[in-house]
Amino acid sequence: MAKTSKQFIASLPKIYGIYTGGFLVFILLMGFLETRGISGRNIGLMFVGFTILIYALIGWLSRTTEVDEYYLAGKKVPTVFNGMATAADWMSGASFVAMAGGIYFGGYTYMAFLIGWTGGYVLVSTLLAPYLRKFGCYTVPDFIGARYGGNFARFCAVLILLVASFTYVTAQITATGSIAQKALSTPEFPVSFAFGCYTGLVTILICSMLGGMRSVTWSQVAQYIVLIIAYLIPLFWISWKYNFGIFPHVMLGDEVQRLAALEQQYGLVRHTKEVLTEAKIPNDALGNATSLKYIVGGHSAVPAGPEVAWRYISLAICMMVGTASLPHILMRYFTTPTVTAARRSVGWSLFFIGLLYLSAPMLATVSKISLMDPNLPTAIIGKKISDVMQIQWVQNWVAVKQVVIVDFNKDGILQLSEWFMNEDVVVLATPEIAGLPYVISGLVAAGGLAAAMSTADGLILAMANAISHDVYYKMIDPKATVRNRLIVARVLLVVLGFAAAWITTKGLTGILGAVAWAFDFAMSGLFFPLVLGVWWKRATRSGAIAGMLCGLIAGAAYLVWVGVPNKDITFFMGATPWKDIHWIFVDNLRFGIPGALVSLIAMVSVSLVTKPESKAVMDMVDEVRIASGKTVIRNA
Amino acid sequence: MASPKQEAHWQKTKGLMLLTLAIWFFFSTVVFMFAADLNNASFLGYKLGYYMTAQGSMLAFIILIFWSNNRQEKLDREFGFSDEDREED
Repeated sequence: MAKTSKQFIASLPKIYGIYTGGFLVFILLMGFLETRGISGRNIGLMFVGFTILIYALIGWLSRTTEVDEYYLAGKKVPTVFNGMATAADWMSGASFVAMAGGIYFGGYTYMAFLIGWTGGYVLVSTLLAPYLRKFGCYTVPDFIGARYGGNFARFCAVLILLVASFTYVTAQITATGSIAQKALSTPEFPVSFAFGCYTGLVTILICSMLGGMRSVTWSQVAQYIVLIIAYLIPLFWISWKYNFGIFPHVMLGDEVQRLAALEQQYGLVRHTKEVLTEAKIPNDALGNATSLKYIVGGHSAVPAGPEVAWRYISLAICMMVGTASLPHILMRYFTTPTVTAARRSVGWSLFFIGLLYLSAPMLATVSKISLMDPNLPTAIIGKKISDVMQIQWVQNWVAVKQVVIVDFNKDGILQLSEWFMNEDVVVLATPEIAGLPYVISGLVAAGGLAAAMSTADGLILAMANAISHDVYYKMIDPKATVRNRLIVARVLLVVLGFAAAWITTKGLTGILGAVAWAFDFAMSGLFFPLVLGVWWKRATRSGAIAGMLCGLIAGAAYLVWVGVPNKDITFFMGATPWKDIHWIFVDNLRFGIPGALVSLIAMVSVSLVTKPESKAVMDMVDEVRIASGKTVIRNA
Repeated sequence: MASPKQEAHWQKTKGLMLLTLAIWFFFSTVVFMFAADLNNASFLGYKLGYYMTAQGSMLAFIILIFWSNNRQEKLDREFGFSDEDREED
């Protein structure tokens, strides 16, 4: 129990093989119960309850009292399993629930996120992961502290880690809370969103508290298996059911072309701000529908012009560089047995992430064609509105105001531009739309929950570890006993978790909400200090501190200056016509670009005017650059 | 100080890094400067610009990482800096 044994590692494929088989049997069992008349609600409840129970069990079985196990899972996580754990750590509730919907409505421009959230792994694998693993650090600030020396540099890194991770974690708790709320509510016992959040939080904490990184690693692998099954089954099922192709990824070409033809037939209309406001569809200063969307652009069309290209590329760059600076991802590569294994496991991470991300555009395609193609029984566009309103799933989503129909031209027929839908509905409702049994909807809820929980776990652990290891142990009390260090780490997990949940339930997420901001904060402050720490010997402590602080401040200042167009947050300049003031289309989602540029300039110039670091530091960097030999620092 | 062997190893590692990042830059950025034009061509029945953003570049990244890792591992073995066989550290 205390240490990860070789025997345990050797039997991992068997353990997770049985687990996967067991989960598939569970799905079949639920399908059987559904035919026996068990209500859809109870099936959903059983899916969510059963999977949470399993994660909690894994968390409890992986409890530990050793620091190396608590912070690094004993450095024994095999490459492929670390790849799965990283994929679960990476794919958040947003990736699972919102991405296909984003592509459904946003088309090409939204797909910049696909490139941004995958391409960054090339940077992780070539520039950072193997070297950080060679260092042998417990946390990302641990690397900054050891390479540049001094508590202040370490503290700056902790600060950026907290800003970026906290921004990210509230979004995960929101997703966990809303799925838990849906699963737990009954008409007799309606459950509040806050209750959903705290229930979700307790399960998140059970998965991480007892065994730290070790518990989180093994439950993330389990969560990955659930979420990927939940994402792929509906896609393949629908594709087979309507003969779109046996393997949708390479065989949906005809459907994508058909969509383009249907778009022409129905016509793509863009409503003006006044029309939307009058129809009570929430929209922003530019007349873009915000929470309820309608189809404006072509499914596979690529708008021409340098502005579109730049907006796409700039967003992709922010997300890619941000990926390579997010501490909760980087720290996963500290847990592999060797430097080579760390590098290989980045490839596996991207492979497992790709399984879902390659499927998202295809899910958007089958979902859209189900609604639009008049030859399919599921089509609603072009049908009488009174008939559409009779459909059960439409009624369900209209009742919770996630779907709205507005008959603009008063002809009683549903036009493409008269159907408004929340993005999240695309993933959650597609099984229902295509007429799959309810058991699949329950499975999708369990998958969304797994995605949100696994990311929240990783983020809270990254924050708690940075404070317990870097602030408490390295800065406040270097003589602290192992017992005290682990107690502090666990107390911090609970405190940070509840702080995040409290902020979430108070509805303050509007301020911290955007997931993209976490990437921008991380890249503004951490990217260059991390990369140059390995790749540029001349980088000095003062340079790194300047890079971190100037980058973070510049990024944050730019964010406040440019404002958020969609939200009424008064302390941002959101109310002003933001389009006039932002700089070459760099809006609030892309503030990492000015942030990282300032960071680079500050770091290089300050490094060059300060004295080079000592020979000991140079030797340390030389040592980091080769894979063989012992780790550079030793914490245990 | 770095030994001459370490120095040579690092030069080659740097070369591989630059090559990898150049390919990465092509698939993450250059392709999307011309996506509107690429959309006039087609691949597997998909318009090419759409295909690259939906699947093509992602597949390229996955292959690129595995390829570049293999090269790096060969390099490490060649200079005797590999740690593949190590059990504990």
